[in-house]
Amino acid sequence: MDFRDSPAEAELRTRFRAWLADNNPGLPASSTDDEYWARQAEWHTALYDAGFFGLSWPARYGGHDLPTVFDVILDDELAAAGAPPRPSLGYLVQGITTHANDAVKDRFLPGLISGLERWCQGFSEPDAGSDLASLRTTATRAGDDYVVDGHKVWTSYSDVADWCFLLARTDPDGPKHKGLSAFALPMDQPGIEQRPLRMINGITKEFGQVLFDGARVPAENMIGEPGEGWRIAMTIVGHEREPGELGYVARYAKTVKGLEQTVRADPGAFRSDQRQDVAWAHVQAEMLRLHVCRRLSERLDGVDHGPGSSVDKLLMTWVEQTVGSAALAVSGSGAALDTDDVALKTYLYSRAQSVMGGTSQIQKNIIATRILGLPTA
Amino acid sequence: MDTRDTPEQAELRRAARQLARELGPTTVADLDDTTRSKRLAAAVHDAGWLELRDGGEDGGPLASGVEAAILAEGLAERVADTSFTGAVLARDLARRAGAQHVDGTGVACSPDLIGVAVVDGPVTTTALHVVDTARDGSEAAYVLVPEGDGHRLASVPLDRTGDGARDGVDLTRTIQVVAPGATRRVIADQGQRLSRDDLVAWNALGLALTSADLVGLMRGVLDVSVAYASERRQFGVAVGSFQAVQHLLAEARCLLEGSHSVALHASWAVDSLPATDACAAGRVAKAYCARAARTVCETAIQVHGGIGNTWECIVHVYLRRALLSSQWFGDDGEQLRRLEHERLGVPAGGADGLS
Repeated sequence: MDFRDSPAEAELRTRFRAWLADNNPGLPASSTDDEYWARQAEWHTALYDAGFFGLSWPARYGGHDLPTVFDVILDDELAAAGAPPRPSLGYLVQGITTHANDAVKDRFLPGLISGLERWCQGFSEPDAGSDLASLRTTATRAGDDYVVDGHKVWTSYSDVADWCFLLARTDPDGPKHKGLSAFALPMDQPGIEQRPLRMINGITKEFGQVLFDGARVPAENMIGEPGEGWRIAMTIVGHEREPGELGYVARYAKTVKGLEQTVRADPGAFRSDQRQDVAWAHVQAEMLRLHVCRRLSERLDGVDHGPGSSVDKLLMTWVEQTVGSAALAVSGSGAALDTDDVALKTYLYSRAQSVMGGTSQIQKNIIATRILGLPTA
Repeated sequence: MDTRDTPEQAELRRAARQLARELGPTTVADLDDTTRSKRLAAAVHDAGWLELRDGGEDGGPLASGVEAAILAEGLAERVADTSFTGAVLARDLARRAGAQHVDGTGVACSPDLIGVAVVDGPVTTTALHVVDTARDGSEAAYVLVPEGDGHRLASVPLDRTGDGARDGVDLTRTIQVVAPGATRRVIADQGQRLSRDDLVAWNALGLALTSADLVGLMRGVLDVSVAYASERRQFGVAVGSFQAVQHLLAEARCLLEGSHSVALHASWAVDSLPATDACAAGRVAKAYCARAARTVCETAIQVHGGIGNTWECIVHVYLRRALLSSQWFGDDGEQLRRLEHERLGVPAGGADGLS
């Protein structure tokens, strides 16, 4: 039982810290500003080119074949330097790595990992949120292609994406979980209409709606087998719920560090409840950092957590919303008087965490039945 | 980094759980079975678990904070009503002072239970409390006497007469009161003064072990509650099939997992980080675990419904023990106050030499 760096981990830490000292782009936190999204591709490429991205992914596709615990070091150092978090796309990498054939892996993983090709995830629909398996977007075979019709929503970064990891119904007659398939669909084509959505904190770059009207995807771009879509989606959302996969620890630690600096500059200017909120946010962010250390260590022997990611997702949600509330408390009248107040934007964004990647209520259902083994009604 | 148990640690975890399962109380009535509790105490003693923090050949402890925390957690899972944490802490303090530990000596706490008692002269004011060791017939307790820029270890006799043992909130551990007017006896055979660093490091162990105790309590009471919710039927079905009940228990499980992670780190930090950092790790762990344990134990009572509010139901034994373990070395509010001081530059209020 050891939280200390191994020699190899220490070497990476030293190297990454030195690199960050010269290469911190000074971007705002992703959750508060469109500028982050405008320059995220640049940040992704810089990390990748320097050898600090995709550490645990296959070297064959641009990763480094390291155990996932190495990601903890990246997040530690990003947070310490106040640098932006690493781009969160590990869940797509996991989905393709686990389910796709070699041709699809060879074609798509290198671009996804290097950042040369940008991706979005087309799962949710206006009438298929928590009940994802009821989705109605169809992909109909037509020669060497599938033709796609339907409507996706909450599609993050769809406006800059080259590819969409699309979940669509290929068998309209089968049971709802069985008739789904997954595709790598090119976004630059007629038959796709983008409608940006503005989030409650005002940012416009994250959320999108995508309308498909006769869009085409080559059949060879299918990820996995026909009808395997639901299993693939479950692999992806499982990893999408893991703070270690997402790198969010760095984001929370960065925010808490900023709050601590604000209070430390003039402690007497803050009420005791505001200071206590900041201290509690520190406890919560530390908890998540250490929890990720434990979870990623557990993976050293290749154990798949399965439903354990729902526990991690709820913990992460509580942390994000605690940190967001602390930011609001510290800002006080600042947030009330200025709609562009960063604390206000951080707080408002935090409310999405209990919905995205599966609502907190869905996570609790999973924990209750699949971890605690409680009876179903 | 690899935070998994070593094979030896996994074995220790298994052994503690098994012993607590075999000899710990399973009903409230079991708490009165002194034959059982004496067998439990003897088994813990015979396993050598109380000596984990005694000095080895190199002067360091025989086992790390991790092993001590594993045992504290495992025993607490079944509310094992025997001295462990207090005894280990007493021996650890004696080791740091270079003193020969006298069997049956516990640690006297300041009246607020947050730190070890510091006395300068006879104990004249508020009585000092000895947590956890009294049931096994402790005769004396360690206190600190200021000396120069440090402290020297001393001991005071316990009041073994009728008024000495006090029923505190915790039904599994007795509070022993130091006799008013007791005269301290500076332990004669030791060399060194305890430095501030020694006490901060010892405090880190206290925070780690009380956090581990809380983790064990959460795990145990959640097991009991899940089992109950799976059996208890209303409206013709198990109450655990209702989402309203499921979500309470799911949240409790998350709090347990988060607590496990912070407590594990605090126990590792005891011997692996400088004293100040180990103490900071302990504060994070204790703040999180104390809040979490309160919620988890209250959830357990709610899930048990009416029966959960009766003396005969085991769950209040968990809650009561959690309340004492939270207070001991400082509850969440106390840890946050310290963190405000240490991280935000807020002036310290306490006067215990640790701020």
